[in-house]
Amino acid sequence: MEGQELPYVLIDSIGGKHGVYEDHLEFLKKHFQLITMKEYLENKKFLSENIRAVYMWYHKPVINEGLLQSLPNLKVVASSGVGIDHLDLKLLSSYGVKVSNTPFAVSTDTADFGMALMLASSRRLVEGYQMAVSPNTEYSPADCLGAEVSGATLGIVGMGTIGYKVAERAKAFEMKILYHNRNQRNKEEESAVGAIYCKKIDDLLQQSDFVLLSVSLTPQTHKLIGKRELELMKPTATLINISRGLVVDQDALVEALQNKVIKAAALDVTHPEPLPRDHPLLNMKNVIITPHMASATKKTRRLMMENMTESIEAGLRGLPIPNEVLL
Amino acid sequence: MFRFTQKKCGLSEFGGRFTLLFNAWRKHTQPTAAVLPSRSLIPVRKANFRGLSLPDNPSLRGLYSRTPKADVQVMAGEELPGVLILDVGGTHGVLENLVALLKKHFHVITLKEFRENKEEMRKKIQSVFVFENRPTIDRELLESLPNLKVIGNSGVGVDHLDLKMISNFGVKVTNTPHAVADSTADIGMALMLASARRLVEGCQIAVSPDTKYFAVNWLGVEVTKATLGIIGMGNIGYKVAQRAKAFDMRILYHNRNRRKEEEEAVGAHYCEKMEDLLQQSDFVMLVVNLTPETHKLIGKKELGLMKPTATLINISRGAIVDQDALVEALQNKVIRAAALDVTYPEPLPRDHPFLKLNNIIITPHIGTATVQAIRMMTEEAIANILAVLNGKPIPSEVFPK
Repeated sequence: MEGQELPYVLIDSIGGKHGVYEDHLEFLKKHFQLITMKEYLENKKFLSENIRAVYMWYHKPVINEGLLQSLPNLKVVASSGVGIDHLDLKLLSSYGVKVSNTPFAVSTDTADFGMALMLASSRRLVEGYQMAVSPNTEYSPADCLGAEVSGATLGIVGMGTIGYKVAERAKAFEMKILYHNRNQRNKEEESAVGAIYCKKIDDLLQQSDFVLLSVSLTPQTHKLIGKRELELMKPTATLINISRGLVVDQDALVEALQNKVIKAAALDVTHPEPLPRDHPLLNMKNVIITPHMASATKKTRRLMMENMTESIEAGLRGLPIPNEVLL
Repeated sequence: MFRFTQKKCGLSEFGGRFTLLFNAWRKHTQPTAAVLPSRSLIPVRKANFRGLSLPDNPSLRGLYSRTPKADVQVMAGEELPGVLILDVGGTHGVLENLVALLKKHFHVITLKEFRENKEEMRKKIQSVFVFENRPTIDRELLESLPNLKVIGNSGVGVDHLDLKMISNFGVKVTNTPHAVADSTADIGMALMLASARRLVEGCQIAVSPDTKYFAVNWLGVEVTKATLGIIGMGNIGYKVAQRAKAFDMRILYHNRNRRKEEEEAVGAHYCEKMEDLLQQSDFVMLVVNLTPETHKLIGKKELGLMKPTATLINISRGAIVDQDALVEALQNKVIRAAALDVTYPEPLPRDHPFLKLNNIIITPHIGTATVQAIRMMTEEAIANILAVLNGKPIPSEVFPK
């Protein structure tokens, strides 16, 4: 855009453990004038009028009413990842601000990670690793006897883009696939992965060896898996969560694991993240916890950044926004 | 160690018929559903492990009712053939529930019982059930068992057995290629995913007392759409390829022989030269037997040919990799990482450099360590042993070269 200035976009920070990735800067700077939160606060008067978009990288910067009020020309908020439970969509809408996320960029990595968690949990990989490297050498593979993934029954709760990709992968392991979803998928989609619809989540829970949660967090899915649901599961079953911590009643999960109501859990997400260091889940042998890393690959993060850039540009030009999140 | 060739079972007609009988026998003796070996001729979907019965196939009913009692030498008043095992339970003994399976067909004799009562026991022992490489089959043992006919190994690898020596005693050796395939392929996939996505490190961060927040710049590498190079595309390697295909991986393979039909089924590309595979792969998975030809197959040169971003996964045998070369390669970031279910020896000495590296995952040879696989291996070994003792066609005999 010759002669025209690049649009001002607010970010939290650059580099370090939470900031926008340094190797993304070159690309971003071709499209935007990036303003860090620090710079903004130092020059509020001038910048508040000019900032037209927020590039929200891993939930930062936090957008509250105060910020919205001081950014009169804010048009678009691009949020990284697919989850939008951290955003007050109503509030943003009331200020005429459009929102976008990155559902497709994260889908394959997240599905891959769901499979990784299922395999690691079922085959006791982490325990095995600890045995293999521990100072005590007296063990045999029989001490680390796991259960087969191949041929077992996988129940997918939430068969959206991610859930479906999990199904595609699980099929190659000759798994029997059940799914529960707000809406039944069409026959072609079902038969492509051999998935059987369970209108009632109870049916899925009672039959599955692995229950994988891949729903978005909404008021309807909040504490979707509680004491009742855990008790419906087989005592030999494993719960895998790659959605949001709040989809599970965590206290009920702790109890269920302690009382062997279910066999094991593998959680990429918890509430909060990270868990307090004295939380019971951290000490259980039959629990794997990972630090919300299902989409953590270089390629995917780069793709997310590119998607967000696209969304912001479209929004600022008044064009239809790719990956817009509607109320 | 001697090269062996394996008599193929399943594609030949008798092999197919044996498969049917094997499964009929299993269905007769076990309440759970029969699991079909991978190369079965039976056109039914493989039953899963949850006790669901096979679909009702009228053409099979006749066979299933023809329970092969004649195959099992259990005639009233006659003693069961003796099978030698290391021990019942304990660190290296046969798991108790598996001993119960053995007892249905054999008079089970532990090594201790044998040694304490050699005169009485030596003639009774017609077979040895080798579980996790034990008991060790040496010349002394073979000389003390005049009626020994067969060594039934639990597992597919027989590199721990001196096939030529055993053959010279007129004793047959069998293994369990079908029972191990799925679980070993699964472990290969598990290791590849865990390594690529830094799962073990992630777990450590998630539970570490020092963790205050999760960094967002902590990244692994993708598996979907990456290139997987499978070295050794036998039973297990092929199952790995089937799984990898669902992850949209580009699959290359190197094998003694090209497998055109299977290639097409999984979209794999044959690399006649292993070098080509090494240079192009993001993940190199070793799924070969250990033989003199494959000993130290992957050494400094091969590691040097791999991409610096590549991961080596070994689910074969430790001795296939030159371990010292691998240590160096990992330390100098010649390759990105390694994930090993097998090492040499097992376990590694506690001061081994592998244990200090942070770009390696090691698991304690758990490739077949599932409740289901271990049971299937025992069943497959039992079927093989009985076939030998009853003079029937042997499903999985291994021969010295």
